[in-house]
Amino acid sequence: MPNMSLKKVPIPEQDPQVRNKNFDEVALGYTEEMAIEEAKRCLNCKHKPCIAGCPVNVQIPEFISLIAEGKFAEAYETIIQTNSLPAVCGRVCPQETQCEQRCVRGIKGEPVAIGRLERFAADWAMKHLEKTYEKTPRNGKKVAVIGSGPSGLSCAGDLIKMGYDVTIFEAFHTAGGVLVYGIPEFRLPKALVQKEIDGLLAQGVEIRTNMVIGKTFTIDELFQEGYSAVFIGSGAGLPNFMNIPGENLNGVYSANEFLTRINLMKAYKNDADTPIKRGKTVAVVGGGNVAMDAARSAIRLGADKVYIVYRRSEKELPARLEEIHHAKEEGIIFKFLTNPIRILGDENGWVTGLECVEMELGEPDASGRRRPVVKEGSQHILEVDTVIISIGTSPNPLIRGTTPDLETNQWGCIVADEQTGQTSKEGVFAGGDAVTGAATVILAMGAGKAAAKAIDEYIKSKG
Amino acid sequence: MYKIVRKEVLNAQVKLLEIEAPFVARKAEPGQFIILRAYDEGERIPLTIADYDREKGTVTIIFQEVGASTRLLGSLNVGDSLADFCGPLGVASHFEGVKKAAIIGGGLGTAIAYPQAKKLHSMGVDVDVITGFRNKDLIILEKEMAAVSNRLIVTTDDGSNGTKGFVSDILKKLIDEGNTYDVVVAIGPPIMMKVVSDVTRPYGIKTIVSLNPIMIDGTGMCGGCRVTVGGKIKFACVDGPDFDGHQVDFNELIRRLSIYKDHERAAQERHQCRLEGKINA
Ligand SMILES: Cc1cc2nc3c(=O)[nH]c(=O)nc-3n(C[C@H](O)[C@H](O)[C@H](O)COP(=O)(O)OP(=O)(O)OC[C@H]3O[C@@H](n4cnc5c(N)ncnc54)[C@H](O)[C@@H]3O)c2cc1C
Ligand SMILES: Cc1cc2nc3c(=O)[nH]c(=O)nc-3n(C[C@H](O)[C@H](O)[C@H](O)COP(=O)(O)OP(=O)(O)OC[C@H]3O[C@@H](n4cnc5c(N)ncnc54)[C@H](O)[C@@H]3O)c2cc1C
Ligand code: FES
Repeated sequence: MPNMSLKKVPIPEQDPQVRNKNFDEVALGYTEEMAIEEAKRCLNCKHKPCIAGCPVNVQIPEFISLIAEGKFAEAYETIIQTNSLPAVCGRVCPQETQCEQRCVRGIKGEPVAIGRLERFAADWAMKHLEKTYEKTPRNGKKVAVIGSGPSGLSCAGDLIKMGYDVTIFEAFHTAGGVLVYGIPEFRLPKALVQKEIDGLLAQGVEIRTNMVIGKTFTIDELFQEGYSAVFIGSGAGLPNFMNIPGENLNGVYSANEFLTRINLMKAYKNDADTPIKRGKTVAVVGGGNVAMDAARSAIRLGADKVYIVYRRSEKELPARLEEIHHAKEEGIIFKFLTNPIRILGDENGWVTGLECVEMELGEPDASGRRRPVVKEGSQHILEVDTVIISIGTSPNPLIRGTTPDLETNQWGCIVADEQTGQTSKEGVFAGGDAVTGAATVILAMGAGKAAAKAIDEYIKSKG
Repeated sequence: MYKIVRKEVLNAQVKLLEIEAPFVARKAEPGQFIILRAYDEGERIPLTIADYDREKGTVTIIFQEVGASTRLLGSLNVGDSLADFCGPLGVASHFEGVKKAAIIGGGLGTAIAYPQAKKLHSMGVDVDVITGFRNKDLIILEKEMAAVSNRLIVTTDDGSNGTKGFVSDILKKLIDEGNTYDVVVAIGPPIMMKVVSDVTRPYGIKTIVSLNPIMIDGTGMCGGCRVTVGGKIKFACVDGPDFDGHQVDFNELIRRLSIYKDHERAAQERHQCRLEGKINA
């Protein structure tokens, strides 16, 4: 008998007024009982609309039925057939525009909490299952993977299982990509990402940190080193600025810098070596997940007031619903239809304010979203001491600048076949944000997996 | 990995470490830098590649102990290893077509300028080197610079080594005496680079400066190292660190270098204990 409640079983969370002062995880996860109760809301529809909404086609009704039966290990096994990072995806996927959007239960009431259930199964497995890896026999061929974000990790994970010797080249001193330097601890505990990486290491993947491809090695040099194919999963890490006056004042950060200091360099800890400015009044410009993470980090560092300044309306916010909801609960103030035009500073060059104009929504633009236009006479100043710019990132030019035969488009994204990740250069495949521009974890992961398959076919075809 | 194979104390605050880093040594060029972490959890410290030996697979760094992280680095010894050593980063210096150059090193900047002098010298360029220090106890790399220059002038602010004056005044004198230069390379504290750029501007001499803003990744992903050059934002770690001194907004650079003053003071005090623990051990 399905559970016909119109609402999802609530997930226990830290109280907003407590959690906005710490960096511990916000959502605490379902207990076994809660998971079974929520799993019973699934109608196990014959046509399985949810699966079509999942970029990697997780067998959703199947794993949820298994949870409902209390078969948690089997549920986990079902998920990882197509998703190698369920503990991550259960936490950060935009389920409301993917699987849960298609859920029949969502027509009247809330959809089944697919993301929470995925997280439950993954967390349960981490706690209860002893991971053993069968070592596939090695086939003697080497593949290089550039970048250790979700695309690189999933590509490496599949290739090692196929018998390749896989080396990941990572520019930073720690592997994980955005999962470690961007997404904060309170949303995605770093210990969890490390477990996924440890799993790859246990299977024989080699991770070489401090290796900046384009500098330490070029792609051509990787081939000279004996790699038969290369996968580029270098992400989109180059921060965009607004090109407004005052952007170089002291107290203006890119979201990347702000979050890297906090997450990768642990600047939120009081005794960390790497410093961060703890602003008292902070404006974050932008409306995506990155902006939410920056704002919620700023409040946790002790800010009294944190604004999200976004030039469109609430409806257009690209961030995950849950993050917007959490940000509001934690006291973040949203300034919609507001666009910064200048950053003001004092005589010593420190930020004192953000000058903005109000916007109205005009005609829809190419993306179908209504284009904001300036409202006459609406100029005003937000008094802040810190401004964090979070208006998007582009792929880093280091690789394309040193690989002349690698085709890129006008935004600097690598041109690659959607199905296989094949680039314009023989033996070189690419996927994730480096190809699509800033997107999602699940898409990057899917691209890594697709490329692993194509790399296998490519190497076999060469004999 | 990243083992220290040689350590030298150049003056009370400046130390030299030669480090095993074959992948960096293989590609290093003058003008480039590395980022290291002395230990896990440590800060990422950008330092110029002062020298490299491709055959031995080593890279030499020379650094001044200005704060907590560099002092900790200075407390390490031969046989110790660094946690991380990443590079070579930044764009290598280019000197095509140069016949006569003046290299100006201010204090520790002398160490950063050394590989450029060496390179120019090896290209057969006529190199004048002017290095300046606050007093004679702080003089570094005198022998090394002498070996890669046609003329070396070492000056001190207080005249304690017999030659008194700022490097910029000496450069101006040389120019006024009729010396001509295709390029001036000025490396040192931002204020010194600014003054040298002001000296060369009226003569229209191309002036290259090496900017050391605060960096984290060194690969262009944070923008913390941004500087204004010719009115445009540049990321010093990937577009530089060498820039045209006549185009650089030095005041902004100086201001941005002071962002973490308070934190740095606190870190110094905290590290003092850790450091003393180390020294006593
Ligand atoms: C703050 C933040 C929050 C986000 N929140 C979400 C969310 O909630 N849900 C969601 O689905 N997505 C989210 N995203 C987006 C998601 O994280 C990315 O789409 C995803 O990580 C892309 O994966 P990737 O493997 O392509 O690249 P990345 O994760 O960016 O990894 C690229 C890796 O390559 C390395 N690298 C780059 N250049 C080189 C080089 N030249 N040599 C060697 N290594 C190199 C980088 O250091 C990095 O480790 C968020 C992003 C950010 C920044
Ligand atoms: C490309 C580049 C090359 C450099 N080469 C050399 C070199 O060859 N020898 C040398 O002695 N120094 C060099 N520096 C400067 C050196 O990185 C700093 O002195 C060092 O990071 C200071 O760390 P600290 O913790 O000891 O001092 P702190 O007490 O933290 O800071 C002292 C001062 O150092 C500067 N600084 C602090 N952190 C950084 C950082 N992450 N990046 C840059 N500057 C910082 C600030 O101006 C600060 O006021 C270079 C810097 C750059 C960017
Ligand atoms: S140091 Fe981060 S972009 Fe230059």
